[in-house]
Amino acid sequence: MPFWWWLQNRAYFNFIVRELTCVFVGVFAVLTLFQIRALADGPAAYAEFVSRLKTPGFILFNTVGLAALLFHGVTWFKAVPTTMIIRFGETRVPDQVIAGLHYVGWMAVSAVIAWILLLR
Amino acid sequence: MEGSNMAENITLTVSRYRPEEESEPTFQSYDVPYNKDWVILDALNYIKDRLDGSLTFRWSCRMGVCGSCGMMVNGTPKLTCAVPLSDYVSSGQIRIEPLQFFPVVRDLVIDLSSFLEKLSSVKPWIIRDDEKPSSEGEYLQTPAELDAYKQFSMCINCMLCYSACPVVGLEPEFTGPAVIALAQRYNLDSRDQGAAERMAVLNEHEGMWGCTFVGECTKVCPKNVDPAGAIQLYKMASATDWFKSMLLPWGSK
Amino acid sequence: MAEHSCDLLIVGGGGAGLRASIAAAEARPGLNIAVVSKVYPMRSHTVAAEGGAAAVIKPDDSAEAHAYDTVSGGDWLSDQDAVEAFVEEAPRELVQLEHWGCPWSREPTGHVAVRPFGGMKVQRTWYAADKTGFHMLHALFQTSLRYKAVKRFDEWFVTKLLVDDGRCLGVVAIELATGQIHSITAKAVILCTGGCGKIFPFTTNANIKNGDGMALAYRAGSPLKDLEFIQYHPTGLPATGILITEAARSEGGWLVNKDGYRYLQDYDLGTPEPKPVLRSMELGPRDRLSQAFIREQEKGHTLEGPYGHYVNLDIRQVGEKVIDKKLPFVRELCLNYANLDPVKELIPVRPVVHYMMGGVHTDINGATPLAGLYAAGEVACVSLNGANRLGSNSLTECLVFGARAGRAAAEFAGQSGLVGASVGAQVRDEERRLHEDFLGATGGTDRIATLRDEMQTTMEESAGIYRLGVTLDSAAETMCRLRQRARRLKLDDRSRTFNTELVSALELGYMLDLAEVILRSAARRTESRGAHQRTDYPDRDDERFLAHSLVHRRADGSARIEYLPVTITKWPPGDRVYGR
Repeated sequence: MPFWWWLQNRAYFNFIVRELTCVFVGVFAVLTLFQIRALADGPAAYAEFVSRLKTPGFILFNTVGLAALLFHGVTWFKAVPTTMIIRFGETRVPDQVIAGLHYVGWMAVSAVIAWILLLR
Repeated sequence: MEGSNMAENITLTVSRYRPEEESEPTFQSYDVPYNKDWVILDALNYIKDRLDGSLTFRWSCRMGVCGSCGMMVNGTPKLTCAVPLSDYVSSGQIRIEPLQFFPVVRDLVIDLSSFLEKLSSVKPWIIRDDEKPSSEGEYLQTPAELDAYKQFSMCINCMLCYSACPVVGLEPEFTGPAVIALAQRYNLDSRDQGAAERMAVLNEHEGMWGCTFVGECTKVCPKNVDPAGAIQLYKMASATDWFKSMLLPWGSK
Repeated sequence: MAEHSCDLLIVGGGGAGLRASIAAAEARPGLNIAVVSKVYPMRSHTVAAEGGAAAVIKPDDSAEAHAYDTVSGGDWLSDQDAVEAFVEEAPRELVQLEHWGCPWSREPTGHVAVRPFGGMKVQRTWYAADKTGFHMLHALFQTSLRYKAVKRFDEWFVTKLLVDDGRCLGVVAIELATGQIHSITAKAVILCTGGCGKIFPFTTNANIKNGDGMALAYRAGSPLKDLEFIQYHPTGLPATGILITEAARSEGGWLVNKDGYRYLQDYDLGTPEPKPVLRSMELGPRDRLSQAFIREQEKGHTLEGPYGHYVNLDIRQVGEKVIDKKLPFVRELCLNYANLDPVKELIPVRPVVHYMMGGVHTDINGATPLAGLYAAGEVACVSLNGANRLGSNSLTECLVFGARAGRAAAEFAGQSGLVGASVGAQVRDEERRLHEDFLGATGGTDRIATLRDEMQTTMEESAGIYRLGVTLDSAAETMCRLRQRARRLKLDDRSRTFNTELVSALELGYMLDLAEVILRSAARRTESRGAHQRTDYPDRDDERFLAHSLVHRRADGSARIEYLPVTITKWPPGDRVYGR
């Protein structure tokens, strides 16, 4: 297999991109840890952290990162019905229902977080 | 017919490989009359019958159940008895190659001995501690119990999934989609008691853990077996087993 | 040329061959068993069988009822001792297969379910949705993997049986991957190579059904039996011949002509009811249904399409739910190969060559008159199926007689010594023949496909559902001439590696031999019985022809036909009554 095997077709390419999105997930987790530490270090440290986030580099990173995370979520929800087989007697819950419930859950959690953040 | 571009001929570009004469595969093109009712296999047979009897490929049932006629068609693994020629008439170009990720024996014929070894390795038969003689009748199995594994029993061993899976290409020892799905077929069969034995075989990197859930196997499967699903379920079963053994070390499965 | 030997050699790795190998391994654990197949076992044509396998398990059924249905279905040409043994062992074989994992469809209680089938008075056809052959073959193949005594030679093509001093001693085979010629000597050989549908142009059969075993036995001096009895399955798709299972009628399908009329009622097959009635109308025997089609065609009541005349199979009233549960493959085949959805549309169908009732003559243990040679499955003629086979008897036949032949051959092999090297000359002759007549031959005139097309057309015109003496005679002469022309084929492929053109040429030779014998047998049988219908002799003649046609090959290559009485035990010849 040549090194550029993943450029052979669209499916392989999408697969590699999907896998690479986990890098962004990891980086965001680390960033969040830094954010929490800045918060613990007091208002001055936190303000400095926030001003760093407003630089063009970080804005670009966050934009790309958000796209990656959305792609990560969507591909994950697409895959979940394959692994979650729920049967009632002889009928199997359709894939769209399982995926759909995940989206509903995602929206619900996002709504709750937004409510908490925006109430302040 | 006026105004229509009814093709009279269509070109098949076919991979040839005669090990006695050449060291590398080459391509050879054939012009075949276009027939809207034909499948790709019909065109290949036309070539063999009328144009070039040395073109070599496997086929048998022509109805999508024997699994013999898998080949790469324009870069995608397909059962050539189930693909209409009309799907390609507008592009006019059909490229036929042997299933990728397998050694080529001759022209479009591949060596599937590695597949058969992998098949045997997962013990694809009913394993029981206690066997009932036939005189005592059948093991009972409800329709719901049958449904639990039925989908995974539909595999015709056509190996399209192996040609679609990049892991098979990158790591030839990977057991592969069809075989792992077959192991699951037995694991989930209510009459079987061999899940632990098969888990020991497949709970390895060359087994289920080589799979990175690309999902192409399920996409190309002509019988809707969903091997990707089988493998992910298997991973969950393995993880569950591991948690159980951690949390309840005194309990056996 | 390489030499091998084993104790028991099985040619063919389908339902019968795999069952025989397991039976032999269990009967005599010390034996070396070889399964030699020209395709990988899971490609064997057993895989395409759809409807089901018959055996008595329900309380309202009896072995005697199954036997009577089979004997009357066979128009009294079945050997009744074979039928009695068959119906007795059938249930045990199907339960054994269930224990080996076959996913039989079930009743809500968990017991195996059965469905009605053509010519049977009671429901006794076990089924795995409508892919019974597929599931049976894969269960057998996967189970056979656990028997270490069974060694497989996949994609080895047998070209000749080795015979010396009235005994079969093994085979000569080409290893397709390399082109190497091998001899495998054995104390016993079982032929499980299936039937011969490809001598006809329109058949449900796969490309690999070329009568290999029948021709091999015939050339080796073992007689063939009842070859003139060829089954036309009533419902094949018109363009391709792809099988639409009888189960479609079991579940409630109707055959209608161009006026939407259920025409079978005009042919002494009963009166139409909305639900299927056993042994009536669409659940009549296959020979009568195919004959009814021809008569409808003669009356102008059939439809005409680009691929010939046809009628319609209507399964819309069966309903989508039942179709998806019990006929999913039928739906898939119609969608993929006929561009229609049978839930909403009519399926165009016509009779199509499907099964050979005749074949290698054996006794009820699968033994041929040639010591050491056995046969089982479609290749054999025990005779279980007589002049017409009932649907769902043949899958069970593969198991019952595969097992019987396996045990009998294992017993024989266990008790006899291996003969010496008197086959060496034969093997060298065979190698020379393959080289001179094929690989090294020059100046050929006809392509394989040309002769194959002519053979198929001749068979269709002369040995179809209705036959006539003069046509059969002249067709036999045509076939003789085709056999001569086949001696100098125009071949393109001279290589050794996986030479499938050579295989096709050898298969053509087998088919031409059999085609001629079929025509001669059909010409000699001046009566109508079951699937053999003569317009010049329209009645059944039990006085002269309650007998099997037995064909031996003479030294000059011509056929010597004699008659062997049918074994009657319980059921003297009677009328075949359906629908009343």
